[in-house]
This record gives sequence, C-alpha cells and structure tokens, in this order.
Amino acid sequence: MTALLPRRGLAQILALIVILAVDRVVSPQFFDLRLQDGRLFGSLIDVLNRGTPVALLSLGMVLVIATRGIDLSVGAVMAICGAIAASLADSHGLPIVLAAALGAGLVCGLWNGFLVAVLGMQPIVGTLILMVAGRGIAQLITEGRIVTFSSPDLVWLGNGSVLGLPVPVVIALGMLIITGAVVRGSALGLLIEATGGNARASELAGVGTRAMILAVYVWCSVCAALAGVIAAADIMGADANNAGLWLELDAILAVVIGGTSLFGGRFSLVLAVLGALIIQTMNTGILLSGYPPEFNLLVKAVVVLAVLLLQSPKFSGLAGIAARLRRTKA
Amino acid sequence: MTPKALFAASAMAALLLALPASAGQLTIGFSQIGSESGWRAAETSVSKQEASKRKVNLKIADAQQKQENQIKAIRSFIAQNVDAIFLAPVVSTGWDSVLKEAKEAKIPVVLLDRDIDPSGKDLYLTAVTSDSVHEGAVAGDWLAKTVGDKACNIVELQGTVGASVAANRKKGFDTAIAKHPNLKVVRSQTGDFTRAKGKEVMESFIKAEGGGKNICAVYAHNDDMMVGAIQAMKEAGLKPGKDILTVSIDAVPDIFKAMVAGEANATVELTPNMAGPAFDVVAAFKEKGTVPPKWIQTESRLLTAADNPQKEYDSKKGLGY
Repeated sequence: MTALLPRRGLAQILALIVILAVDRVVSPQFFDLRLQDGRLFGSLIDVLNRGTPVALLSLGMVLVIATRGIDLSVGAVMAICGAIAASLADSHGLPIVLAAALGAGLVCGLWNGFLVAVLGMQPIVGTLILMVAGRGIAQLITEGRIVTFSSPDLVWLGNGSVLGLPVPVVIALGMLIITGAVVRGSALGLLIEATGGNARASELAGVGTRAMILAVYVWCSVCAALAGVIAAADIMGADANNAGLWLELDAILAVVIGGTSLFGGRFSLVLAVLGALIIQTMNTGILLSGYPPEFNLLVKAVVVLAVLLLQSPKFSGLAGIAARLRRTKA
Repeated sequence: MTPKALFAASAMAALLLALPASAGQLTIGFSQIGSESGWRAAETSVSKQEASKRKVNLKIADAQQKQENQIKAIRSFIAQNVDAIFLAPVVSTGWDSVLKEAKEAKIPVVLLDRDIDPSGKDLYLTAVTSDSVHEGAVAGDWLAKTVGDKACNIVELQGTVGASVAANRKKGFDTAIAKHPNLKVVRSQTGDFTRAKGKEVMESFIKAEGGGKNICAVYAHNDDMMVGAIQAMKEAGLKPGKDILTVSIDAVPDIFKAMVAGEANATVELTPNMAGPAFDVVAAFKEKGTVPPKWIQTESRLLTAADNPQKEYDSKKGLGY
C-alpha cells in the first residue's frame, strides 16, 4: 500500500478535504445520498461520475509524463473513439463497438508513440499533430453532426449502475487497479521512471526506453478511447466538436496536482486520480454554489494555485520563515 | 473538318442554344462560413433547396471558418460577374475593401445570419438575420403564458460566457419575465451550448434545489443543452415536460424527438432559411429596383408539443443538423 500511496500524498488529501468542506458550506446537501432507481444519487456520486473521464485520462497521462513526455491529443482521441462508438452502436453489438473504439485508440497511441519514440519528435509537437487532426477526423466520422444512438448496451456503459455505483466509476476504478497492478506489480513502473529520469543512462543500463515510451503512449490513448466511449454513452450521442475539448489540460493538471513532475521520473497513479477528483470536486462545488458563471474560471484558477502552493517545498519554506519571524517579534 | 474542329463547333452551337434558356435566371454566389455546427450545415442545405425552388443558380463557396477564404471567394464571384453575392461573415470586421470592390462592380451583397461592423452599412444591400433578444423574449412569453399566476422557479442554462447570442437570449428572456413577479430565475449557470455540460449543470441544479422539487421550469439557451438536461432530469427520477417545464431555442431535430416522447414542451426556432428571404429581395431589387430595408428579421417561430413535432422532426432530420 505504501508503494501506491506514499507519504507525499498528504497535501493532496488535505486539499481534497478542504475543498469538500467548502462544498459542504456552499451547498448544505452536498453529502446527502439516497437510492434512486437502484443507484446512489447525490452530489458526491456526481463528483465521482463526472470526474471519470479526466480520471481515466490522467491514468494514461501520468505514465506519459513520467517518461518526461506529454500527450496533448487525448481530448481529440476521445472525440474520435466516441464518434466511432456512436456510429456503430445501433448496428453492432457492444463487443464490436468497444473493440472498434479501443482499437482506434490503440492506433492513435501507436501513431503518437511512433512520432515520439521512433522519429524522436518533441512530445508536445508530436502529439499536437493528432490533437489538431484528430478533431477533424472525428468530424469526418460524424459528418459534423451529433450522432445519436439508442443501443441499451452502450447507454448502460454511461448511465447504468453496478451495486449502486455508476458504471463509469466502476470502469475507472477497474482501470486504476489494472494499471496499478501492471506497473507496480512488476518492474515496469521502475523502468518507466528510469526512462523519464535519465533516458540515456537507462538506455545504457539496458532499459528498452523506446519500447517504454511507445507503450505509455499506447496506454494513454487506450485510456482516452475508453473515456471517449463513456462520454458518448453518457449523452447518448457523439459530439465531435465538443467531446473531450480541453480535457487534455485538465488531465495534465490532475497529474501535476497529484505531485508528478513534468520533468519525468517518480509518479503516482493514485495521486493522479486523486488530482482528477480534486478538480471535479471543485467544479461540482462551483456549479452548486450558484455564483454567476463569469466567476467559474477565476475560482478554479485560485483553487489550483492554492493546491499547488500547498505542495511547493519553497512555499512551505517561506511560510516557515514567516512563522519564525512572527514568533521572534512576539 | 477534323473531329476536333467538329467538336468545337458543336460545343459552340450547344452553348448558343443554351444561352437564351438561362437568360433571366439569377446566378448568386454564396460565401458560407464552413461546417462549424449542425445549424450551419442545415442552412447550407436549405439554401440549396430554396435556390432550386426559385431556379436560381447558386454557387456555394465553403470558407472553412477563414476570413481570407471568404474574401477570395467574393473576389472570384466578382470576377465571374454574378448577379448578387450572399455573405455569412465569419467575423464582423475587415470587409470594407472587398465589399467596396463588389459595390464598384455593381453587385449587390446580402449578409446572412450575422451582421458586420457598422462602418460598412452602405456597402451591402441588406442583412437577413435573426434577433436573438427576440428569441429569448418569445421563450419567456411562452413560459409566462403557460404558467399563469402560479409561482414558478426557473433554472437557466446559459450559452458560452461572452458569446453575444448567450447574452442576448438571456436579456430577452429576463425582460419578458420581468413583467411577471411570480416567475423567478433561481439558478443560472453556463452549459457552454453542449449536451454534456447541459447535463452536468442540470444535475447540480437538481441537487441544489431539493432534488428538483423546487424547480418549475428549465430555460436553455439552446436545444442541445436541453437534451442533456432532459437526460439529467430522467436519471433523477423526474418527469421533464410534466414535473418540470422545458423551453429552449434553435429547434434542432432532437428536441422534437423529445417532444414526441412528451419530455420537452417548447422551442423557439432559429430558422436555417436565411437564403429564402434573401433570394426574394435580390429578385425584387433586380427586376423592379425595390430597395429593401437594411435589416430583414427572420421569424422566430414558437414550436410546442401541440405543433406536430413528429412532422417537424421528419422535415428537419435530413438537413444535416
């Protein structure tokens, strides 16, 4: 357990508790839960459910960032895979729909990985290509309209429930466990961290850095594909113009809030997902607060700044000095 | 005669024969923004339908959301000496020089759907646009009439913050309900004009307003957000259209689907037929020299569940929304 949740998670847990407390203040019914048609119903469930896409994205993103890379294309990959799933949903069974959407995600990941690992492109530029082109591809698939479907199987993926929990939340939890088991149950996580820490040294030490980089981009796109399918299932339609729009930035933010450095190396899956939940707890709180929407982005920026300051060693150093000064004065 | 010369001669003859037939037929160039939304696609297909109805030769240039492409298209229409140019401007400024060129070539320009910077008023014949303040007012009036004297708490799903359409639709609605003290907007939040955000915001409204029991009506600045909100209401065990009234704007096909299912009450149409009135003013201007007013406001039809939503759905679903 200590491997999954190191001591450095304290700042994130603290931040989440503070934001939850603030949510409770702005919205007294925040912690209310009841059963509605066999599923739990309440703001906390909304946080988990709405946080799922970014949580899934951050699961892949954190591995990419650990190799000192970045993947800007995840929002566009969501749009492509959601569009594919929605176009096939009414004519094919769920296994085929999922295979096609996740397969497309795999191809997107191979493309990104090829550009970065084989051609040696800068990750930010390499993945920018698919970020721009991907949305166009998604629009080509949907012909610029919102493709709706009524297939109950796919709708269940977005709106169904398992033991009272929304299906997307269960999927995200499953993905966290799978990813955690694979990278921390083997040496893979260590090799990824080594690649990000010092690619050349790792290469000389016998780590297949190219394979590592290719693998993380593929996994990142597969996670994005799943997020895209869930987003489409949620609204029973694929909206190529808006699905996953700007979510790559939220995913990067979640990873950073989770304490993983953009310079690669040490990473934590659980904390990245926690970062996604922190973002969503704040978003839901803003929606519940009833403040005019003009404040949304401002509030978000201030909270993110506060959370990041909380983690900054220099800032806590400064706070310590200030406290000492005050003590000497008194 | 060589076969080549024979071909040239017969082609020439065909051309001469064809000419009288096309005399009197208007040729109009239409610089369309591109396919930014379903409504835009519907506007393009309706323009084609209206053109073939009137036997107008319509040339559409897709600008892919770029002003320089629109300027190029207008210049090429001038070079082809078309009878009139339709322009759906992607931005409001920067049209002066190209519209002056059209004016010098004596080709009238009609703006569709959007206006340009006021400095260019003498550079175009007329603008055919919808009044988004009026759209909001139609929605507000319908709600006031439907609710009557009952107290009614309204939640509002706004469009993208900063978009002029969102601000106007809010203003029109607020003005309309201001006359009725029993109607009150209790919550207002942006849903960015999208289904996903509309659903998420509605979920939070329901939680914040006692599980939806305190909400009497939802007003959404577009139908897509309302489609999302309807899903959120259903998942919360509420009955949209019955427990909670719905009114939104745009009249896209999917809102009629919801109306057929009894889950939506009313929508205000943003008509995709901007070209129809424009064809008529151009024809009148060309034949009789009638100068139209500078602004032609399109009709903002109110469509409710009583207006045969199935028929509306069928007539709109093939338009590319």
